[in-house]
Amino acid sequence: MQPISSAVDDGTDSARTPGISASTGASAVLGTSAGVGVELRGLRRSYGDVHALEGMSLNMAPGEMVVLLGPSGCGKTTALRVLAGLEDADAGQVIVAGKDISSVPTSKRDMGMVFQAYSLFPHMTARDNVSFGLRLRGKGAAERKKIAENYLELVGLDHHADRYAHQMSGGQQQRVALARALAIQPQVLLLDEPLSALDAKVRVQLRDEIRRIQLEVGTTTLFVTHDQEEALAVADRVGVMRAGKIEQIDKPDVIYSAPKTAFVAGFIGLTNKMRGTASGGMVSVLGSTVPLLPGSPTSGSVTALVRPEALRFTSGTSSNGLGTATVVATSFLGAHGRVQARIEDGTILLAQMSVGETVALQPGEIVDVAIAPSPVLATA
Amino acid sequence: MSATVVAPPAVAPRSGGDGRLRRMKPLLGVAPFLLYTALFLLVPTAIVVIGAFQGDGGSFTLANFSALFGQSVILEALLRSIVLSVVSAVIGAVVGAVVAYFLSTAPPSGLLRKLVTSASSVLAQFSGVMLAFAFIFSFTGRTGLVSRTLNSWFGVPEPDVNYFASLIGLIIVYAYFQIPLMVIIFLPAVDGIRPQWREATESLGGSTWVFWRRVAGPLLTPSFLGALLLLFANAFSAFATAAALVGLGSPLITLQISNALTSETGLGAPNLAKAEALIMVVIVAIVMAGYYWIQKRSSRWLG
Amino acid sequence: MSALDAAIAPVVTDPALATASERQPRKLRAAARRKQTIVRWIVLGLVAIFMILPLAGLIDFSTRLLNGKRTGRSWATVIDLDKLNAAAPDLVEGFKVTIALCLVTAGLTVLLLVPTMTWIRLRVPHVSKLVEFLCLLPLTIPAIVLVVGLGPIYRGIAHLLGTGNIWLTFVYVILAFPYAYRSIDAGLAAIDVKTLSEAARTLGCSFPAVIMRIVLPNIRAAVLGAMFLTIALCLGEYTVAYLLSKNNLSVALFNLGLSASGDPRLTAAVSLILLVFGFLVMFGFSFLGNTRRMKKGK
Repeated sequence: MQPISSAVDDGTDSARTPGISASTGASAVLGTSAGVGVELRGLRRSYGDVHALEGMSLNMAPGEMVVLLGPSGCGKTTALRVLAGLEDADAGQVIVAGKDISSVPTSKRDMGMVFQAYSLFPHMTARDNVSFGLRLRGKGAAERKKIAENYLELVGLDHHADRYAHQMSGGQQQRVALARALAIQPQVLLLDEPLSALDAKVRVQLRDEIRRIQLEVGTTTLFVTHDQEEALAVADRVGVMRAGKIEQIDKPDVIYSAPKTAFVAGFIGLTNKMRGTASGGMVSVLGSTVPLLPGSPTSGSVTALVRPEALRFTSGTSSNGLGTATVVATSFLGAHGRVQARIEDGTILLAQMSVGETVALQPGEIVDVAIAPSPVLATA
Repeated sequence: MSATVVAPPAVAPRSGGDGRLRRMKPLLGVAPFLLYTALFLLVPTAIVVIGAFQGDGGSFTLANFSALFGQSVILEALLRSIVLSVVSAVIGAVVGAVVAYFLSTAPPSGLLRKLVTSASSVLAQFSGVMLAFAFIFSFTGRTGLVSRTLNSWFGVPEPDVNYFASLIGLIIVYAYFQIPLMVIIFLPAVDGIRPQWREATESLGGSTWVFWRRVAGPLLTPSFLGALLLLFANAFSAFATAAALVGLGSPLITLQISNALTSETGLGAPNLAKAEALIMVVIVAIVMAGYYWIQKRSSRWLG
Repeated sequence: MSALDAAIAPVVTDPALATASERQPRKLRAAARRKQTIVRWIVLGLVAIFMILPLAGLIDFSTRLLNGKRTGRSWATVIDLDKLNAAAPDLVEGFKVTIALCLVTAGLTVLLLVPTMTWIRLRVPHVSKLVEFLCLLPLTIPAIVLVVGLGPIYRGIAHLLGTGNIWLTFVYVILAFPYAYRSIDAGLAAIDVKTLSEAARTLGCSFPAVIMRIVLPNIRAAVLGAMFLTIALCLGEYTVAYLLSKNNLSVALFNLGLSASGDPRLTAAVSLILLVFGFLVMFGFSFLGNTRRMKKGK
């Protein structure tokens, strides 16, 4: 079993050479769990007047990583906690590996969970934390130590085995929490906004590692977050939730490029709202004609939701029928650039372009607005 | 996904009753505590409250109270208890506050502070019996250290063994455990006076007197009053010390209650002890309510 | 922190709960500081003298014969258990009972409060105000009043369990509630009980195991403080024991000192020992708070 370590340093062991297996028995000990299928069926949960879940259903394939994404209050955390058994649903079922476990208490559900913060037991070392679940399952001391150290190695923290929570950074603590959840070889792995409390840079590193580890170990995983970039980056499928229900669940690229509702389109990535006229499956916006996604009105005046990377501003107007705009500001974002330009009716559009194209433009310049021919969603 | 899923209806209601019943089940977790408290705290209190209004055979009556207020012995005891509590509370509060102030200006983890707070804890919380003996053995009779010394140095006549059964004597002994209690209670409040406030006052041209009158005084007054009320309640409820100091008679209300409980021949009404106890509780409850009211109003400043 | 909180505050201070008292000492100008130091020592000195006088008197009394000569006889008796048993069997009995009461009451209080308070924080937070009120109620209901109503209860106990002195523990637990509750509450507030216990439960931990393995180890200082305050209460309790006709240390001491057949000198010696012992324990405890620094992660 290869220890997973990131090339970017976050304080974990950098003296490790990828490709060297630390222990010959590692594979045998760590193993891979054959993932199990999970189904949430018609979950309902209310707290007084607040309806957290309104008939929410979800089917997860074995080994799949599903990310529940949504604004706060949409019910994503409630759904996770119902799956974990930490909350009871008012109605609906939780079915894991074909069995209805709705009335099984949390301690018997065999699910590993990583919490947002401060979940490591402060009075135990990292090693003791990871082996805690093993201890409850009656494993002997020598075996516990071995397994714990293997999982710590998996998350790149085997040299920190004797440290306490307060001696580790936030990112390190979450790695230990992950090791602890995985050590019991759970049927399902649950991640409740595990990265939200961390610094931006650590967040990006750690999410990639979590994904790599999850693929390696193969556990069916439910990951909850409000960060759409995070969701798109790690998921097999993303479920966008609103008001207690899943509005759309699809692969990340589909969610991004083919949103079914305006809410999903607006929640994921950035959108420009541009007025145009629809007819026969196409919409005409600012001189460009673009196909419409299913779910859009087929005729009449509509608002098209266009992604910034589908817009291009080119300097110098030529009479090619394209709409024009006046550049307001340009920003350089390292790998690409963004340009804001105002069109005739006062709306400000945001385009994402290459660095070269961005740098060539000046505020005040008049530019052509070209829209790429990828399908867009429109609303009435 | 496994094909062997048992297929109940799409949205099945949770088994085990409706939501509300299920939500009540966790309350069972506090049942042991509630039962225990009910048995050993609430039921005895109810017995006192109800019994105070009961005559022979359990009928509702106010005879207990009329008997109580009709006997000057009991009323005098009540009055004496109140006076004793007020005076000892004031002495304890003033002296204790001064000690607390000086203690707060000492290094926080220094030896002096540890010594004094430890000693205060002991003296404030330990049995009144031992304290009573300490006073009797030291201050009275020809064998007491203090009485002997005062006699040989200043010719002060040695007090009688029962000296501390008098009001003055009781006040002295009560003050002795009120002072440390005040130190413990008041120290955190004095600690809350930040040195920056003192320095700010000085930099604005104010003297020490100004500081106390305008800044620290007003800020500490609520805590001081609150502590004063606590000290009152503490003295008013004290029994052991009084029992050890007083030989004959029951000059204090707590002793009256004890007397009513242990004597075979009641002083008239059957549930006299309960009536007396109820009056005590009412007084203490009023004092504690006053304490909480002061607390709520002023906790923001020194929090 | 309210004055009442201070009076029943945890004795052992967890550094994580550091209060204003851990701040820097005041910085005043040197001259003012010196003057204040002198005044401080004078005032404290005067109060100290008043406080020490009775204790000095105890020492004096316990070693003095009527004719003025010194004797160590009382002290010899105190130290020697056989002699003590012969001279004051009730005292030894009372002492044993009180020690047993201290331990049993401390254990019972923690056993009753820690799981209940944890459970409330985890599952039924809306009940916490009620429980807090009940735990602080004994401060408003003096022991003397409580014991008036306890008569019938203890008659029932006498039927079921006998009239042993140890059954005082039931009342002592109630008397200890305000102190123990505040201490444990502070301890639970300092750790994220909810997250820790949920993490433990997902790993397969049952509720009793959560209390034993997760909660208790992390509120050690608070529990010790609660037990300590409970023990202090039991050591000095007289009112309830006397009025329920039971024997404990204070009752035995009382009889020893004030009954005609008692030995006042011995009483003085024992009183002094208990006070000094209590002081040493308290003093020792005041050092305990600084053992382990628990810093929260960033």
